[in-house]
Amino acid sequence: MVSVSDIASSGTDMTRPGAQIALPVLSVSNLSKTFGGARALRGVSFKVLPGEVHGLLGKNGSGKSTLVKILAGFHAPDAGGGLEFNGETVTLPLKPGDYRRLGMSFVHQNLGLVPSLTVLENLRLVQLTTAKSAFINWPAERAAARAALTRFGLDFDPEQRVDKLTPVERALLAIVRAFEEIEAARAITGKPGLVLLDEPTPFLPAEGVAKLFALVRSIAALGSSVIFISHDIDEVMEITDHITVLRDGEVAGELVTAKATHAQIVEMIVGRHIAASAPRAAIIDRPVFARVENLAGKLLEPSELDVGKGEILGLTGLIGSGYEEVPYLLFGARPCRSGAIAIEGGTRIELSSLDPKGAIDRGFALLPGDRQGASGVDSLPIVDNMFLPDVSRFFKAGRMQNGAMVREAHALGTAFEVRPNDPGLKLSALSGGNAQKVLIARWMNRSPALLLLDEPTQGVDVGTREQIFAALRKAAAEGMSVICASSDAEQLAEICDRVLVFAKGRICNQLSGADVTKDGIAEACYASVSLSGAAHTTPSASVAS
Amino acid sequence: MTDISKPAAASAPINYTRLFERVALLIVWALLIGLFTALLPKSFLNWGNFSIMFASYAPAALLALAIIVPLTAGDYDLSVGATLTLSASMIGVLNVWYDIPIGLVLLIVLATSVVVGLVHALFIIYFRVPSLVVTLGTTSVMSGIVQWMTNSSTIGGIDNALINAVVGYRLFGIPYAFYYALVAAVIMWYVFDYTPLGRRLLFVGRGREVARLNGIAVNRVRLGALLMSAVLSACAGILYAGVLGSADPYSGLNYLLPAFAAAFLGATTIQPGDSTPGVPSWPSTSSPPALPVYP
Ligand SMILES: Nc1ncnc2c1ncn2[C@@H]1O[C@H](COP(=O)(O)OP(=O)(O)OP(=O)(O)O)[C@@H](O)[C@H]1O
Ligand SMILES: [Mg+2]
Repeated sequence: MVSVSDIASSGTDMTRPGAQIALPVLSVSNLSKTFGGARALRGVSFKVLPGEVHGLLGKNGSGKSTLVKILAGFHAPDAGGGLEFNGETVTLPLKPGDYRRLGMSFVHQNLGLVPSLTVLENLRLVQLTTAKSAFINWPAERAAARAALTRFGLDFDPEQRVDKLTPVERALLAIVRAFEEIEAARAITGKPGLVLLDEPTPFLPAEGVAKLFALVRSIAALGSSVIFISHDIDEVMEITDHITVLRDGEVAGELVTAKATHAQIVEMIVGRHIAASAPRAAIIDRPVFARVENLAGKLLEPSELDVGKGEILGLTGLIGSGYEEVPYLLFGARPCRSGAIAIEGGTRIELSSLDPKGAIDRGFALLPGDRQGASGVDSLPIVDNMFLPDVSRFFKAGRMQNGAMVREAHALGTAFEVRPNDPGLKLSALSGGNAQKVLIARWMNRSPALLLLDEPTQGVDVGTREQIFAALRKAAAEGMSVICASSDAEQLAEICDRVLVFAKGRICNQLSGADVTKDGIAEACYASVSLSGAAHTTPSASVAS
Repeated sequence: MTDISKPAAASAPINYTRLFERVALLIVWALLIGLFTALLPKSFLNWGNFSIMFASYAPAALLALAIIVPLTAGDYDLSVGATLTLSASMIGVLNVWYDIPIGLVLLIVLATSVVVGLVHALFIIYFRVPSLVVTLGTTSVMSGIVQWMTNSSTIGGIDNALINAVVGYRLFGIPYAFYYALVAAVIMWYVFDYTPLGRRLLFVGRGREVARLNGIAVNRVRLGALLMSAVLSACAGILYAGVLGSADPYSGLNYLLPAFAAAFLGATTIQPGDSTPGVPSWPSTSSPPALPVYP
């Protein structure tokens, strides 16, 4: 990585004569934001230097996304704040197009793509909507889009509608767009730009993260800066130079990454010390709860697996290895090519005849990975989202017991630390991590016999993750079986009794007992590539050239 | 699940802007009445005038409800006006020209509307054609059938029993038609706000995949909504025939825009950037689609 001082001295107009310290790209002072009565940000000040990768950390609801949205001109901050960009004082609130003029680009937590438009239209949105010419040169736009996609090693069709893409592909598309925009902006302004990445990684598999980091480094090497938001401390330690931690909307502290330890960062985020998780219990022999035979989906080749009663089974692998389909297939949420499940040695249920309703009736629960598309409805209240599968339970004496529903939602929100805990709010008023807590609470509250999870703690902060894990372990100890598909080795290592590693649609490795560690899982994932013969086909990023 | 002892914390402070949004239309309505009363003190503000307005807009009110049901479930039904005209014309043709007893005619009309709803469902749900396209198409087809059936002429002389049941009899000086619409609206409000079905409709409209993965029979809900829409439009057609005392093959479509206006305004806020563009969203579950406001 190019050091900050190198950039500063080689930069064009960003050094003032005689100045030792480079002019910050972004300088925020005393920024506050109030929603209704709730303070999301109070008096936040920090600087981002040219060429640096700046980590913005904090618990769920600490105000990270709010800060990003203020910079995007989406929220107006309270009066009294100040903002300088490359030395230019910018009047607040920012006008909608300001960020583009200044040279900022965004990957928002919800990605900010238009689902009903194509990849091409999303990627070239700016050029298509703001071009001066009277007509659109579609062949040229198509070529530009294709060039951008190939440059980033992505091979999806520009004419594909975005809502047909997988969450991973959507995340990559949003990232490519942000980097394209910043390149374009830099070509015009000649000044360093700023890319803001609001939790870009939860959806990305390990090689996607590696690719992203290569891009981030190449952008930083050219003198632009990056603000990186993530709940994954290891990622933050790998990529950032400086860290600003927010807690309850205030700056809790700043750190130089190279001098900080993992524990130190976690403590600053959470505001208390988190004990290392308990050592793993020995392998226990459990009665089989569910036996799955011949399960095959779009990518998954016919596979057998079983999960014990009270066992937490992890599924992982590289992207496209088929593991991510398993929870959906077992829930009857996606058409399967073949497969049957037998519960506690009972009769086999053909999965092709199972639908979500039937699965729920059998005590299954599914928490999908695509929070906004498949898990919760943003524009409806928290309480309705929480009790969606059990609305009928609240229908008594000829009417919905709305009061009882809200009270129970409030109690459940307290148990799962949803903040703010106001069940009448729309789901969209919650921060990403808090929304995920609501949806986890929905299913845990039903005490399912088999809980199927896909990336359950995406966007959930370190402190709350521990609580969710504890709740899962407790429920498992009481007899709930869990199948958890995740690309996050750390998460799997922490909760799983056993982990299956997939490659090319088949189970290629099984880890249990003391082998279930973060490194063990990550290693098995990569080993799976060579095990399965040919290497993975995704080309690597090559922007640095 | 232990902390139910402090429900007080659950109640949010009253949001006055939201409250205002909800009653704004009624205020405008009151202002309009005040304005016309001031301009035409003699002829406007008398009970006779109001009772006529209440009765003559009852079909439009039912039509608005017919639009709201599928709209909540995420489907547009633009054919409600055509279904209304079809129903009214059928009453004219069957009752006046073929002398079929009015009771049987009404049954036939309702059965026909069920067929209309099923055809919509077949194309929208089974063949996955966008609802706007399908219902625009059936509008043309039904308008054609109406012209053919009636020879493009107005048919007078519908059975007095129907006319009496709609505008002949009065309660508190207001024709029955008004009460039919009122009852329908109250039932709808109850279903939307106080039954699980209402919640399911809402989730199907706002997040179809979410609804499906939570065990809601999405297709059945959409089918039900489309059927309900057609049947309600037919009821509106019956009221219309009763209000006019005749079957007019042209004017029914005029109700379409006022009914859509009422459906959207009744929803109070139309959210920009919603996942289903143009579908209005109730400000919260506890606010039903407000009654279509009479002019
Ligand atoms: N539109 C809104 N209306 C009301 N409150 C809001 C709105 N957007 C955010 N908030 C509140 O502001 C606070 C900060 O939210 P923000 O989304 O910035 O958190 P975050 O740090 O990004 O959290 P996460 O890590 O979970 O994404 C939260 O308490 C949230 O509930
Ligand atoms: Mg956020």
